[in-house]
Amino acid sequence: MPEKILEVKNLQTHFFTKSGVVKAVDGVSFHVNKGETLGLVGESACGKTITCLSILRLVPQPAGKIVGGEVILDGVDILEMTNRQMQEVRGDQISMILQDPMTSLNPVFTVGTQVAWPIRQHQKNIGKKDIWEKVKDMLHRVKIPSPEVRLNEFPHQMSGGMRQRIIGAMSLSCQPKLLIADEPTTALDVTVQAQFLDLIKSIQREDDLAMIMVTHDFGIVANVCDRVAVMYAGKIVETAPIRELFNDPRHPYTMALMASLPKMEEDLETLYSIEGQPPNLSNLPPGCSFLPRCEHAMDICKEKYPANSEVRDGHTVSCWLMEK
Amino acid sequence: MTNSISLPSKFNQFLLAFKGVPAISIAILVTFVFFGLFGSFFLPYDPTEMDLMSAEKPPFWMTEGSTAHILGADEMGRDVLARLIGGASVSLQVSLVVILLAGSVGITIALLSGFIGGKVDAVLMMVTDIFMSMPYLLIAMVLAAVLGPSKNNIILILALLGWAGYARILRSEVLRLKDQDFVKLAEVAGCSKFRIMTREILPNIVNTLIIMATLQVGTVIIAESSISFLGLGVPPPEPAWGSMVADGRDFLTSSWWICLWPGLAILFTVLSCNLLGDWLRLRLDPKFRQIQ
Repeated sequence: MPEKILEVKNLQTHFFTKSGVVKAVDGVSFHVNKGETLGLVGESACGKTITCLSILRLVPQPAGKIVGGEVILDGVDILEMTNRQMQEVRGDQISMILQDPMTSLNPVFTVGTQVAWPIRQHQKNIGKKDIWEKVKDMLHRVKIPSPEVRLNEFPHQMSGGMRQRIIGAMSLSCQPKLLIADEPTTALDVTVQAQFLDLIKSIQREDDLAMIMVTHDFGIVANVCDRVAVMYAGKIVETAPIRELFNDPRHPYTMALMASLPKMEEDLETLYSIEGQPPNLSNLPPGCSFLPRCEHAMDICKEKYPANSEVRDGHTVSCWLMEK
Repeated sequence: MTNSISLPSKFNQFLLAFKGVPAISIAILVTFVFFGLFGSFFLPYDPTEMDLMSAEKPPFWMTEGSTAHILGADEMGRDVLARLIGGASVSLQVSLVVILLAGSVGITIALLSGFIGGKVDAVLMMVTDIFMSMPYLLIAMVLAAVLGPSKNNIILILALLGWAGYARILRSEVLRLKDQDFVKLAEVAGCSKFRIMTREILPNIVNTLIIMATLQVGTVIIAESSISFLGLGVPPPEPAWGSMVADGRDFLTSSWWICLWPGLAILFTVLSCNLLGDWLRLRLDPKFRQIQ
């Protein structure tokens, strides 16, 4: 039995706005094991990023609020922690990489100083010299050439790919148990993307790091992830090991996503697309949120949201098709 | 591993840092600060001492002038050079204290208002707007009339009316910075709000603050001069550049030097401050620091 680093149970994060309650994350459950990568996949605005921010308890204030559920990190529910305890967890046990490397570094400090910050923050008894050694070591690990020169440079002197690696070094400098990567390669070009993903993977293997990879790119999913959770309108509709998801998708949404991927062997003029728009999260009908766009819609779909049912070990789907 | 990148030596880096420095502005400001601090040791005369025998004595190069009063003497026979030096000290004190007070209040308000936002922001910005809409000369006149003219009152008035500009401009900087990803990442790394304010955001607005401060030296000197010119500032006989210009106004046709020297002193000090501020704007941005 693999060791569970993170377990999210029925997480609900809502935004209280003037136009009503937006249920950005509405009953999400998943877990991440030690050393494994969970892909969190879904279209824009389906709640992926908010799920990640909820795990760190950094939901945008004051509108956003975690209204229910549990986030268990190493056996402790972090939603029960005080703010001070939470600050100790952030950066030390859970870390995050954001999408845009161009704005993720503070322009007025050298990169060395910035990589050193999390270490200073969380490991107070380390001497200055040792911190610097650690920083050099981290830059070396993320394959920055001649780190002893580079650590005295400013962010604007580096390329996007290099900056993203610096951010990687920053977020991994305290050896966290869990790394959340929120579309870390979206702003990078394709060759740099592949390099960055390889780098992350090799560090993950060395440190036995658990990772959540948020993305909407199935190429990255296939390349990096061990298991995938597909999100739609604030809910997880299907969770499966990577091979099973590609070979045997069960939820109509996942099937449609798979169908919309271009295939090498076919020569198509137009790609398959899912008709319609994602639903408005502030006004969801009682039934299945995918119903208006679903090809297999049934009467029961209008009335009740389907329960989670297990297809095989580790492969769960929320759809009425499974109940038949 | 040896690195093949050759960096300029420490000494060369030191020299490079001074490339394009507005040397004349700095020289003028250094002179200003020097006489402002130590002027009392170089006074040829007591700036308040009257000597009606040498009243309206012209500068030394004119036929009636003498080297006893190099820049001439005013209508009461007080040495103009001595009064200029004495006035430098007043201007320096007033501008430094005002900037220190206004700047620190302004930056605190800006950080709190921009970073906390919501109701705090609304209230603080309303107060700022009220202060910004006050006509400083009228307020200064009222306060001077109530409290009596004195150096401390000028400082108080100018600081009271000066912080709002800092607060407004720096707040917009804070707003711009607070949504950047590095602030979010600092939160992710476990930094407290206070730490993010002081360690992530503050260093990013310090250059704006310094530039504003250098530019405000000019404004404060002008404001102090204007208030003194109106007779509401530093009370006579203590010298102040503004009141010197005011006193000399009546003698402009016969003894131009009473007005000219303090006028030039104001002009060059303010201009130097502005040029220095402009140069700092470029130097303090890390993106421009590398340009040679």
